[in-house]
Amino acid sequence: MIRFTLQRLGGAVLVLLALSVLVFGLIWLAPGDPAKLACGDRCSPAQIAQVRERLGLNDAVLTRYADFVRGIVAGRDYSTGTGVLRCDAPCLGLSYRSDRQVTEVILERLPATASLALGAMVIWLAVGVGAGLLSALRRGGVTERAVTVLTLAATGVPVFILGLLLLMIVCAYLRWLPFPSYVPLSQDPEQWAWNMLLPWLTLGLFESAKYARLTRASTLETLAEDHIRTFRAYGVGERAIVGRHALRGAVPPVIALSALDVGTMFGGAVLTESLFGIPGLGKTLIDGVRVIDLPVVTGVVLVMGAAVVLANVVADLLYAAADRRVVLS
Amino acid sequence: MSGLGRVSGPGRVSGLGRVSGTLTRPAAGAAQTPPAAGPPVPSSPAGVLRRLRSRPSAVLSAGVLAVLVLLALAAPLLTALAGQDPYAYHDELVDSARGGVPIGSFGGVSADHWLGVEPGTGRDLFARLLYGARISLLVAVGATLVQLAIGVAVGLAAGLGNRFTDHLLSRVTDVMTALPMLVLGIALTAVVPADFPRPLLLILVIGVLGWGGASRIVRAQTLTLKRLDFVAAARLGGNGPWRVARRELLPSLAAPVITYAAILLPANIVVEASLSFLGVGVKPPTPSWGQMLSNAQTWFRADPLYVLLPAGLLLVTVLAFTVLGDAVRTALDPREASRLRVGTRKEDS
Amino acid sequence: MTADLVEVDGLAVEFPGAGGVRAVDGLSFTLAPGGALALVGESGSGKSTVAGALLGLHRGTGALTSGTVRVGGTDVGSASARELRALRGAVAAMVFQDPLSSLDPYYAIGDQIAEVYRVHTRASRRAAGARAVEVLDRVGIPGAARRARSRPHEFSGGMRQRALIAMALACEPRLLIADEPTTALDVTVQAQILDLLHELREEAGMGLLLVTHDVGVAAESVDEVLVMKEGRQVERGPVGEVLRSPAHPYTKALLAAVPRVEAGSGVPRGSGSGGSGAVPAPAPAPSPPPAPSSGAVQGGALLEVSGLRREFGRGRDRVVAVDGVDLAVRPGDTLGIVGESGSGKTTLGRLLVRLLDPTSGRVHYDGREIGGLSERALRPYRRELQMVFQDPVASLNPRRSIGESIADPLRAAGTLDEAGVRRRVREALERVGLDPDRYDGHPHEFSGGQRQRVGIARALVAEPRVIVCDEPVSALDVTTQAQIVELLRGVQRDLGLALVFIAHDLAVVRQISDRVAVMRQGRIVEQGPVDQVYGAPRDPYTRRLLAAVPTLDPDLARARRTARKEPVPL
Repeated sequence: MIRFTLQRLGGAVLVLLALSVLVFGLIWLAPGDPAKLACGDRCSPAQIAQVRERLGLNDAVLTRYADFVRGIVAGRDYSTGTGVLRCDAPCLGLSYRSDRQVTEVILERLPATASLALGAMVIWLAVGVGAGLLSALRRGGVTERAVTVLTLAATGVPVFILGLLLLMIVCAYLRWLPFPSYVPLSQDPEQWAWNMLLPWLTLGLFESAKYARLTRASTLETLAEDHIRTFRAYGVGERAIVGRHALRGAVPPVIALSALDVGTMFGGAVLTESLFGIPGLGKTLIDGVRVIDLPVVTGVVLVMGAAVVLANVVADLLYAAADRRVVLS
Repeated sequence: MSGLGRVSGPGRVSGLGRVSGTLTRPAAGAAQTPPAAGPPVPSSPAGVLRRLRSRPSAVLSAGVLAVLVLLALAAPLLTALAGQDPYAYHDELVDSARGGVPIGSFGGVSADHWLGVEPGTGRDLFARLLYGARISLLVAVGATLVQLAIGVAVGLAAGLGNRFTDHLLSRVTDVMTALPMLVLGIALTAVVPADFPRPLLLILVIGVLGWGGASRIVRAQTLTLKRLDFVAAARLGGNGPWRVARRELLPSLAAPVITYAAILLPANIVVEASLSFLGVGVKPPTPSWGQMLSNAQTWFRADPLYVLLPAGLLLVTVLAFTVLGDAVRTALDPREASRLRVGTRKEDS
Repeated sequence: MTADLVEVDGLAVEFPGAGGVRAVDGLSFTLAPGGALALVGESGSGKSTVAGALLGLHRGTGALTSGTVRVGGTDVGSASARELRALRGAVAAMVFQDPLSSLDPYYAIGDQIAEVYRVHTRASRRAAGARAVEVLDRVGIPGAARRARSRPHEFSGGMRQRALIAMALACEPRLLIADEPTTALDVTVQAQILDLLHELREEAGMGLLLVTHDVGVAAESVDEVLVMKEGRQVERGPVGEVLRSPAHPYTKALLAAVPRVEAGSGVPRGSGSGGSGAVPAPAPAPSPPPAPSSGAVQGGALLEVSGLRREFGRGRDRVVAVDGVDLAVRPGDTLGIVGESGSGKTTLGRLLVRLLDPTSGRVHYDGREIGGLSERALRPYRRELQMVFQDPVASLNPRRSIGESIADPLRAAGTLDEAGVRRRVREALERVGLDPDRYDGHPHEFSGGQRQRVGIARALVAEPRVIVCDEPVSALDVTTQAQIVELLRGVQRDLGLALVFIAHDLAVVRQISDRVAVMRQGRIVEQGPVDQVYGAPRDPYTRRLLAAVPTLDPDLARARRTARKEPVPL
């Protein structure tokens, strides 16, 4: 198990390196002069040259990549002309627009995204897995039909349409809630929760359709297996068969989907944040793209990519623990 | 090697039931039971079509999609017929005093403007929706083709190649499948010159980022197929490797690839709409459903139709594709019969 | 006399739907407490359906059941769900064919047995756990207390079947229903499981209802047999009587088709008599005859391999599938290769036709070394080395008509025109006993035996000089099996082919082979003329294999069972 874990972590490091090359390539390939972008419109050529020097843009590509990676691992220094600006360990560069460290910007925006994702996860696991199980157990009934039709309809509904419709109905017409505006948790927990309610529902319901379908399918598949027949033939009751045996078989696929889905979830989060004006990573990304603040864009991509990779390692381990049939290799 | 993907991915998710199967196979003594691994169920195109036609939901969604495609293709003709142009501003049709709300009921529906006009600009909504459909379908179909082309090529290479090739390509595929496509897509659109044609950019971005799933399916299917005895028999018959691949493997890959394309299409429509919604997709003034929805956020109360029309169209399109894809999958894979085995059904009333 | 343990009266089971099949049609029988009855029949005879009906397993499947079934006094047809649950496992317990898929992969074996025990006894968790260990120990699982914590995939096939039997024993049922309990097992393991079932029956006085396609297995295990065909009883009676002097023509035909491992050396092969019964058991020969030097036939070999070795995987995962094999086969000769699962016989077969590359060793064909040739360089030899595969489903491309499948080697060669190809294919179809007009039929329209004939036709059309048959009949019913063996023999005789016949079934191999090689763990432990190997085996493994083959003579079976009880080192 330890060997397996180390292997997986080693693999994750390789993937992260590949991702860093990709991300660095983005900056390098980007059209336009980064120094001009970073300096602003009213810079003199002398100032631009100074910025270019500061950002190390005169160095060879490989040197710049090495500096980029070194910055992430060990931090790096930027000379400001008058002094030295220290950018600490996971240094993702300096924002072109504000001269702030990208790491700082990301850390500031991270809590909003995290609270959105965690809250939504509670909803999609509860609603999705719950609905899937219910429909698998009430086969042939109205429940099954309803869940099947609803999940089929909901699969592939764009998350922003779901959010738009929720906003329109709940806030604009029924007026049950005011239009949400983000309040940090540290400032007022109650307001935070009320304002996050719609975003949670949006992202949570969007994701839950997939989980409902998967749970239903894998529960049904397990129920059709031979060992279920064995326990029926030995007088084990329906409740125990479903509760102990069928449910157990449905766990590994849900774990696998969760891992596969972190990336999709980030996509959903970007859209949800953009729709509800939540100042999270997604909104940072979109704003960064609008003003071509490349360090911020790459920083967010790198952080999200790292989250995906880590989630996959965790899921691998969970999966191996959940399904002992998997040969650890 | 990689930490990614061992677990994730369609292969693992759908292949779970088979984990035990691979351990079971009794090599000797399986005197009476049919061996577990067989070739895919043969399904003639005619049979699949017949099974599809017997499902009303499939027929309905196919009909809806056919109408949509026709409308999109005939968009220039139809708008000309309506005497409209998707790019023409009509300041006289919006109430500038009220911030640009269309004059008249239902967002300015009139004999000239069948579905009303766009708030703020007064552009004809019918024309813009139709042209939006063109973009949406163009990008989705184009991106799907790119995804399938890359996916089939990589999957085949991995499935037929040696250990090293397979290993390398599989890991790359794992990474591609796991990375957040929308996020990378957004980042990519940021670094491409502004004058690059946007629809083509979207096709390339979605296509290049989203081939992982297709590649996995093709690889898995190839690995299964190439172990089947009829492939060995073809080799013994004196066929060279290419002839074997072309005659024995490729035809059997068609069904899973078509099924997967039916899943990819609606997903790609949504990605295009999402990127446009975020303002990094199709650039104005080119009309796009996602972009309209982005603008519509401010017009909830004043002009609900402006939200509902593009949202409804997008929903109907995606739903029709999903339902049809689901039906195609079932029609191609009639394994439901195996669910009828003894003792695997609930008995208590 | 007490009431019967099982009373079945006019049982009929029908599966509605397309082509609605009546699987069981008016079957009646009884089984006294402690009695043992075998339901014997070929596939589609409805025997397993009867087993399921005894426990009411058809409920909820949409199957239409009529007639009455009483098991241990419970009327299965009218019992409530609760009564049915009380019956299942506690009064009558079932052992299934595939022990791996019949156990939940996620839970420890001991926990699964304990679960079943607790359902029926309301024992404490601890007591149930202890009971599980007890029954596991009873069925001969070494280190039961420790092994109870293992999951099914950590067990070998035989051990899994033992575990499933332990589960059946947990609640001390009065009836054990065994549905093809040994079909997925190797012959030596099969003998152990059958012995175990026999022991348990004697010890606990349990009734046994055995469902099997294998008449030999029935002869080994039960007092009475009921032969089924198409859902009906064909013949029923004491096992010795039915097997020795069958009354019904179907039973006669069935028994005639069963290959005998004891076939006397006097019986010329190809006589089709299928053996005449009382033949001495292949008792271990005390003094082996002077060994005719091991290995290959002298002179005239068409295909000869020496020091053949094949590995799979690398590093820690490396497996040696074939480990230093020497073989030879002459034109007009049949070489049989027997071995249990995992013995490497399939790998060997694929090496012989060069579907696989040997890791080392030589493959000599017609005076040339072809072991190291590339795919391209092999092309001229391909058609001369043909193969008939085990699985009649997987060996034909489902998308292609059978005529085109057979035509494939001709089209690849490209020397004949369209009319010539069709003519040759039709000839081949005729040769293997199929209607040439079914050229355009697709594989799914054919039965397993017919598909195997197609496979043979495809091999023949290439005009081969060697045909390797890899388990060509193991997926077929016994009567079909006999026909295919007969066909292969005829083809070989007419064309003077060198035939290699690989199988796990010792009796089938004896039926067709001139020489035989016994494989174990990638090596050939013994080879020689067939009568010598079967009549006076020299290797202890060969002897053990032969001793494990079920015999059709119940008395002999009894004697052999006693002999097997003597401790044999595994």
